[in-house]
Parts: sequence; structure tokens; C-alpha cells
Amino acid sequence: METINIYTAIAVMAIANLLTRAFPFIFFHKKEQPEYIKFIASYFPPMIMIILIFYTLAKIDFTTAPYGSKEILAIFLTALLHIRLNNYLISIFGGTICYMMLVQYL
Amino acid sequence: MKTKTKELKAAFKISIPVLMGYCILGFAFGLLMTSLHYNISVPIIMSIFIYAGALQFLAIGFLSSKLALIDIFIASIFVNIRQSFYGLSLLEKFKNSGKLKPYMIFSLTDETYGLITSIKIDKQLDKKYYYFFLGLFNQLYWISGTIAGALVGSFIKFDTKGLDFSLTALFVVLAIEQYKVNKNPIPFIIGAISSIISIIFIPLDNMLIVSISLSIIALLLLKRNLNNGNN
Repeated sequence: METINIYTAIAVMAIANLLTRAFPFIFFHKKEQPEYIKFIASYFPPMIMIILIFYTLAKIDFTTAPYGSKEILAIFLTALLHIRLNNYLISIFGGTICYMMLVQYL
Repeated sequence: MKTKTKELKAAFKISIPVLMGYCILGFAFGLLMTSLHYNISVPIIMSIFIYAGALQFLAIGFLSSKLALIDIFIASIFVNIRQSFYGLSLLEKFKNSGKLKPYMIFSLTDETYGLITSIKIDKQLDKKYYYFFLGLFNQLYWISGTIAGALVGSFIKFDTKGLDFSLTALFVVLAIEQYKVNKNPIPFIIGAISSIISIIFIPLDNMLIVSISLSIIALLLLKRNLNNGNN
């Protein structure tokens, strides 16, 4: 792709991305939100976090050895660290280091 | 204008977990782009003007294949349409934010949203500045990581395999924080089931939007059941 086209493509992605973020602020700005929208909005945050966990793991093949065991182990460690110590940095750093060692040395 | 030191400090403290996540992921992104022989300015421009992790990584694929601009536009919308739902639950919080509001909306990433909705804010703080600084700090981490990665990528090669797990770990932590706020397991179960169905039946590119659609349908069905139960 030519340089000029790369920047056009980046501009297109930037606009599309901004539209998705601005959409509710543009369309639901002053009006009272419909009741079903409120209902979805209140349950959406926990749902999307779980979906994003699966999304980041979607490339992992759970049907052949080691059956995603490295990912499951690292997630388990991350969750355990977070529940026990309640410190974002330790949980994320600990889980990631554990995972990198698992995929690089095993 | 009064100084907003308290808001700045509070936002910085809350943003620390994202500091590592974004520096590492931004670094990985910069590294990846320059190792594919893109000019060092390309990843940096992307991190300034797009500022969306999943989309920027996917963009590497968009740029290397010869996708038409309209296809890039539609794919970008679908990849990030979940962000429209983020805003819905923040209409109230972002009210009366004046000139800061456009940037607050622009900087509304998964992680910034997660922090805003998961962590209780000190009532004494001027919340619009607090949210603004939080968004700004997070983007600065993202840009810093990208610059560092782009620079390093043009000189050194090293094994970053497994580094992308930091994104997964971040969402695990944010999910736990969500559970602390609302101890209802149903949305978690719906999210998990929708994701598993999508992973099994749907190509990876569309997995995100399909699982979001499925989970919203499941929620609405569940709502009807609940209402019938009450009648």
C-alpha cells in the first residue's frame, strides 16, 4: 500500500472508531433513554468483560494438546492473585509473566 | 482556572494498572509495526488518532491485505461497536462536562471504561476533570509504549511470545471488579455462553460482534421472562 493510502486508511479507522464512541452521546444526548436501553446498559459491563476475555483467547485451540491449559492456568493465577491481594499491577504482571514462561519454556 | 491537582493525583493513582498494560501492549504494537517495515511514524500516528487497541492490532491485517476503504470502515465499526454500549451507561456520568467532553468520549477505551464503571469516585473530586485526566493518562501510556516499541523494533529483535496475555489478564481483573460492584452472576454466564457459541460456530473476525449480539438477545429474552414472572 502506498504511503498516502496508509494515512487515508488510518483516517477512516479513526473516524469509524470515534463514531462508535460518540454514537450514544449524539443520539441519546438530551432525550430520556428508552427503558430497554437502560436495562441493557446496566447489564452490559460485566457481560462485555467476559466476552473480551474469550475474544483475546479466541485464537487458542482448545481441541488439541495442551487444550488451552496454559491459558486457563494463567487466568486462574491472575484471578487468584487479584482476589487475594487486590492489586491490579501484581495480578496482571504475575499472570502475564507466568503465561510468557509457560509458552516460551514449555 | 483553579488547579486540579487533587483530580490529577486521583486519576493517576487509578490509572496505574493501565500504565503497565498499555505500555506493554503499546510497546508490542509499535514493535510489530516497525518489524513489518512500516515507517516509525505510522504506529505513532495510529496511537494518537485511532487509540483503540483491538482495532489497531487488527489494522495490521487491514493494511497488509488490499481492503477497500469502505470495507475497512465497516469492519472498524463492527470491531468497536461494543463501545457504543459503553457510552450508554456513561451518559449520566459525563453530563455537564463542557469542553472536556469531546476528549472524554474520544478516549473511551475498554480499560478507561472499565475503570470509570468499576471504581468508586471520591465525592469531593470535580468528576469531569478526574475522568478527563484518567482518559489522558491512559492515552499517554498507550502513545509512550507505542513510541518505545517502534524505536526498539527498528533496532533489536527479542522474544515477545505470550506478551499479549496482558490484555486477557486486564479483562480478568476488570471482570472481577465488575463482580464486586454487582454480585449477579447471570450477565457473566450469558457472556461466557455467547462467547463459546460464537467461538465454535463463527469465524474469528466476526466472533466479537456475534457474541455481543447473542448476549444482548439473551438478556432481552431473560428480561421478558422476568417480567412474566412478576405478572
